[in-house]
Amino acid sequence: MTRTGTAVPETETTRRRRVSVASLLADVPEDAVIVARRLTKRYGTLAAVDSLDLTVRRGEVFGLLGPNGAGKTTTVLMLLGLTEPTQGVVRVVGLDPTREPLAVKRKVGYLPDNVGFYGGMTGRENLRYTAKLNGIPRSGAEAWIDELLHEVRLEDAADKKAETYSRGMRQRLGIADALVKRPSVLILDEPTIAIDPAGVEELLALLRRLVAEHDLTVLLSSHILGQVQSLCDRVGFFSAGRLVAAGPLEELAHGTQRTVELEVGVEGLPEAIDAVAMAVPGVRSVAPHERDERLRVVNAAEDVAAPLAAALAGAGLSLTHLRRRGADLLELYRRYVPEGLDGRAR
Amino acid sequence: MAAPADTTRRPDASRRARRAERAPSGGWRTIAAKELADHLESVRFVVLLVVVGIAAIVPMYFTSTAITDSAPQLAGQPALFLWLFARGSQDVGGITTIAFAALFVPLVGVAFGFDAVNSERSQGTLSRLLAQPIHRDDVVNGKFAAGIAVIALMLTALVALITALGIVRLGIIPTPEELARVVAWLLATILYAGFWLSFAVLLSVVIRGAASAALVGFGTWLGLTLFGAFLLPLVANTLFPPDTTDADAFFASTSAQQLFLRISPATLYQDVVTALMNPEANTILGFGNLGQYVSAQEQSRSLLTLDQSILLVWPQIVALVALTVLVFALAYVLFLRQEVRA
Repeated sequence: MTRTGTAVPETETTRRRRVSVASLLADVPEDAVIVARRLTKRYGTLAAVDSLDLTVRRGEVFGLLGPNGAGKTTTVLMLLGLTEPTQGVVRVVGLDPTREPLAVKRKVGYLPDNVGFYGGMTGRENLRYTAKLNGIPRSGAEAWIDELLHEVRLEDAADKKAETYSRGMRQRLGIADALVKRPSVLILDEPTIAIDPAGVEELLALLRRLVAEHDLTVLLSSHILGQVQSLCDRVGFFSAGRLVAAGPLEELAHGTQRTVELEVGVEGLPEAIDAVAMAVPGVRSVAPHERDERLRVVNAAEDVAAPLAAALAGAGLSLTHLRRRGADLLELYRRYVPEGLDGRAR
Repeated sequence: MAAPADTTRRPDASRRARRAERAPSGGWRTIAAKELADHLESVRFVVLLVVVGIAAIVPMYFTSTAITDSAPQLAGQPALFLWLFARGSQDVGGITTIAFAALFVPLVGVAFGFDAVNSERSQGTLSRLLAQPIHRDDVVNGKFAAGIAVIALMLTALVALITALGIVRLGIIPTPEELARVVAWLLATILYAGFWLSFAVLLSVVIRGAASAALVGFGTWLGLTLFGAFLLPLVANTLFPPDTTDADAFFASTSAQQLFLRISPATLYQDVVTALMNPEANTILGFGNLGQYVSAQEQSRSLLTLDQSILLVWPQIVALVALTVLVFALAYVLFLRQEVRA
């Protein structure tokens, strides 16, 4: 951890480094809040994060998606200055987290993966402690803490000990905790992990409301698909330390795809589909489904779902399954993350 | 934030950052205050207070009874008040208050430090804590400060209690010199506890499980207390075998033994306490060197003043401080280099 403040005369090497940093940051847009260029973190020979380029603009909600062990948490820790990058440049709210960690941490609220609280203290006391660590005077903190507890709907449990909290309550308290310092950036590491589906819905609704209310820029990481889909303006797919794709969801889903793929299933043998489907205008090919032998994959130049359904009905086949591929994260995930969902292979 | 803007903004930005960096100057104080409150409310504080309290007061009680019983013979005895701490009654096997303190103080030190860092980690609060605008060293400093504060509080309260009870039971008022010696002993004891506290903090950094850290800490304490006095001279004897026919070799062997013993903080503390609590003690240090031995012979049976006593064990005090600083620095450096993630 470096402390700033000593004026070091500029040597040739530091000048060259500064110039190269400047060139790395040359294309950064004016309103960028989080910037990473060629960001790399190595543990021995393993590159946990490998030449990451990332830009998050003000007011954006960016989802970092990838399996466990893909390097999401390492990236987040580098953004906060809690881990030093091996190489590359990071800027958060215009500051270098490695050199000015305190200034960055004053602006950034962080909900860690698997957040914990002091069990012997109440939820409110835990928030008070965070406020104190941020140098917020007690008089100003109390009303704000009340408001936050109300927002995350923990007012009833606020004066119970944190050790009695359920997982979902702890997660909500964690969000309140990250907001205590009135941050302009919120970094959430796996916010929906280990919460039941109803709880996830509630949490996402809460986040959506908070982002709108407090004018926040949000970076969130997740390995659970679909959950963050509705929240993110843009997503990035992380695999084995590399960002393999990034952009708005629709763009990723359709922009890269020239053709439309439909999964089709009927009662009876799937082979019956082949001839009927090929007769529909626009259909290029019909192939067996990769994983499900009862289904066929119809590849077409445009969305032929309606004429295909009509043609199958006309041929006396009753439809059991019809789905357009690539429209949800699961498909994208399969496309961009080769090691699969469990992320075992690194 | 285009490239030229970045370079021109840099000095201003870093100045702003530096100013901001200074603002919550007392990150460690906030942490220390919270930890202290935790300690004072904890079960372990109450248990240790009772255990150490009994261990300190019981010998004092019997000693004061013994002193009162033999009051006529003891008239005119110098530094009688210190006997309360430094003399044991036969009723409790001759064990003294200071011996009990020497035995239990490491326990207290370890007890308030063994889970300092690893419990934050296992609770999942460490990354949240470090994401706040505090320096990483504030965590270790705050924890150490809280530990030493609660230990100092506990020991001071007990010593004050013993002194007060002693005055009541003996009916004699301690002289300023005697009081000063008691205070010096108290400070030395807090220092010794500080060594064990920093050792425990080191363990809490290195060992991820709080229970394992506690076991290693208590194991070291027990091992050093029970076997240190035997094992260390044994090592010295093996390296420098004593030769009774050669005076030089014999002295070399003896001083090697002393040196090895003084690696142990227990021995250092023992030496300091013996000198502080026995004004007449000026040969307790053995034959550190020949000059010391001779001067000790010359001064025999005369009482030392407090500053002379302190001077006598100054090297031991410095060594104890150095050991504490060394262990704490090690904990500090290891913590700073540790990954936040488990």
